[in-house]
Amino acid sequence: MDTVFGNLDVFAEAFARTLSLTLFAAVGALILGTLIAAMRVSPVPPLRWLGALYVQAVRNTPLTVVFTFVVFGLPEVDVKLPFYRFAVLALTLYTAAFVAEAVRSGINSVATGQAEASRSVGMTFMQTLRLVILPQAFANIIPPLASVFIALLKNTSIASAFGVFEGIQGMNQLINDDGSAVIAIILTAAICYLGLALGLAALFNQLERRVRAS
Amino acid sequence: MSDPLVVLEGVNKHFGDLHVLKDIDLTVERGEVVVVIGPSGSGKSTLCRTINRLETIDSGRISIDGKPLPEEGKELAQLRAQVGMVFQSFNLFAHKTVLQNVTLGPIKVLGAKKADADARGKELLERVGIASQADKYPAQLSGGQQQRVAIARALAMDPKVMLFDEPTSALDPEMINEVLDVMTSLATGGMTMVVVTHEMGFARRAANRVVFMDAGRIVESSTPEQFFTAPSSDRAKDFLSKILTH
Repeated sequence: MDTVFGNLDVFAEAFARTLSLTLFAAVGALILGTLIAAMRVSPVPPLRWLGALYVQAVRNTPLTVVFTFVVFGLPEVDVKLPFYRFAVLALTLYTAAFVAEAVRSGINSVATGQAEASRSVGMTFMQTLRLVILPQAFANIIPPLASVFIALLKNTSIASAFGVFEGIQGMNQLINDDGSAVIAIILTAAICYLGLALGLAALFNQLERRVRAS
Repeated sequence: MSDPLVVLEGVNKHFGDLHVLKDIDLTVERGEVVVVIGPSGSGKSTLCRTINRLETIDSGRISIDGKPLPEEGKELAQLRAQVGMVFQSFNLFAHKTVLQNVTLGPIKVLGAKKADADARGKELLERVGIASQADKYPAQLSGGQQQRVAIARALAMDPKVMLFDEPTSALDPEMINEVLDVMTSLATGGMTMVVVTHEMGFARRAANRVVFMDAGRIVESSTPEQFFTAPSSDRAKDFLSKILTH
C-alpha cells in the first residue's frame, strides 16, 4: 500500500495524461465524426460512399492496427510527430468512425419532414443540417456518444504500447519499481479508470438532462 | 394573355415499378389558383412535390418563371426559396418558436436583418391570426394553428408561387375552415397557388382551374364550374358521384 500512497503523484500525472489524450481525441473525433456523418447523409453520392467506406474500414479494424499505421506508417511519408500527438491522431481517426455512427443515428431520428421543410424555404444542405437537423438530433446523440467516449477513455491505454506515458505506463513503471505491490497498484489504476469513466458518464447525463429540458 | 409561371412538360416519374406520373403537361399562369384533385394514389401529391424538386423526375421538364429546375445544390436552394411549400403534416421546426419558424428562412436564406425579419414575421402572424402565439413552440399549438404558422413561414420568403400538399388532410374538421380561410384570402389576393386537396368547397370557391388526376395522368382540366357541374370524363363523374352524394 505504501507504494500506492507514496506514488500518488505518479498516478496523478499518468492519469492526467490519460485524461488529456481522451479530451483531445474526443474533440477531434467529434469534429471529424460529425463531418463524416454529414457526408453519409449528403445528397452527393460519392461523398456518401466515401463516408461509408471510412466508417466500415476504420470501425472494423483493431485500434492497434490504426496505431501501428499512424506511428510507423506516417513517418514513412515524412510525417513526423511526437508519440503523444501520434496517439491523439490515431485515437481521433479511430473514434471518429464511432462518433459518425452515433451522429448519423441521431440525424435519422429527426422526422424527414423537418429536412423537407427547411429545404423548401431554400436552405442549403449544410444549413438544413446545422440549423434544423443537428439541434434536434443532439439530445438523441448524447447517450450513444457517452458510450463512445468511455470506450475512447479506455482505448487510450493502447498508447502505452507506442511510447506514450499515460495511465498504463505509469502503472507499469510502479510495478517495475516494486513488484510486491502489484495487486494494489493494478487496483489503483483500475479505480482511476473507473473514476474517470464514471465522471464522464455523469457529465453526459447532466448534458442530456439540460438539452432535453431546453 | 398568357404569362406562365410554372410549366411542366412531359413529366414522368416512377417509384420502383410504379409509374406515378405519366406524361404530365401542366401550365400554371401567374396569379392563377390551380386545385389538383383526384383519388388517393393518383399522383397528385407527387406532382406537387416535383415542382420544387422534393421529388426528382425521371423524364420531362419543369420550369419556374422561365428557368428550368436546377440540379441539387445552391441554385436549387435559391429556387426553392421562391417557391412556398405547405405540407400535410405542417413540418414546423420543432425546436424553434412560432416567430423563429417564420423568420429563420428570411434571416438565413435571404440575409434579412433580425429586427426586420421579426417585424415582418409578426405582421404575417397577425395576418394568419396567430400573433398572440408568437413565442410558443409548435407542439403547444393546435393543428390548425400550426398549419397557419406554416403558411406564414412560406409567405415570409415572398414566394412567386405557393404549393399546398393536402394542407387540411391532417386537421380536425373544426380546424379546416380556419386554414381554408387563410388560403382563400391568399387566392383572392392574387397569389399563384397549386393546391392538392380534397376540399371541394375550396376548389369551387377559390380555384381558377381544377385539375383532375387519376392513375398518374391528368384526366381533366377545366373551370370549377364546368368540372363540378359537367365533368367530361367518366372517371371524374364517378369520382364526384362518390364524394358528393353524402
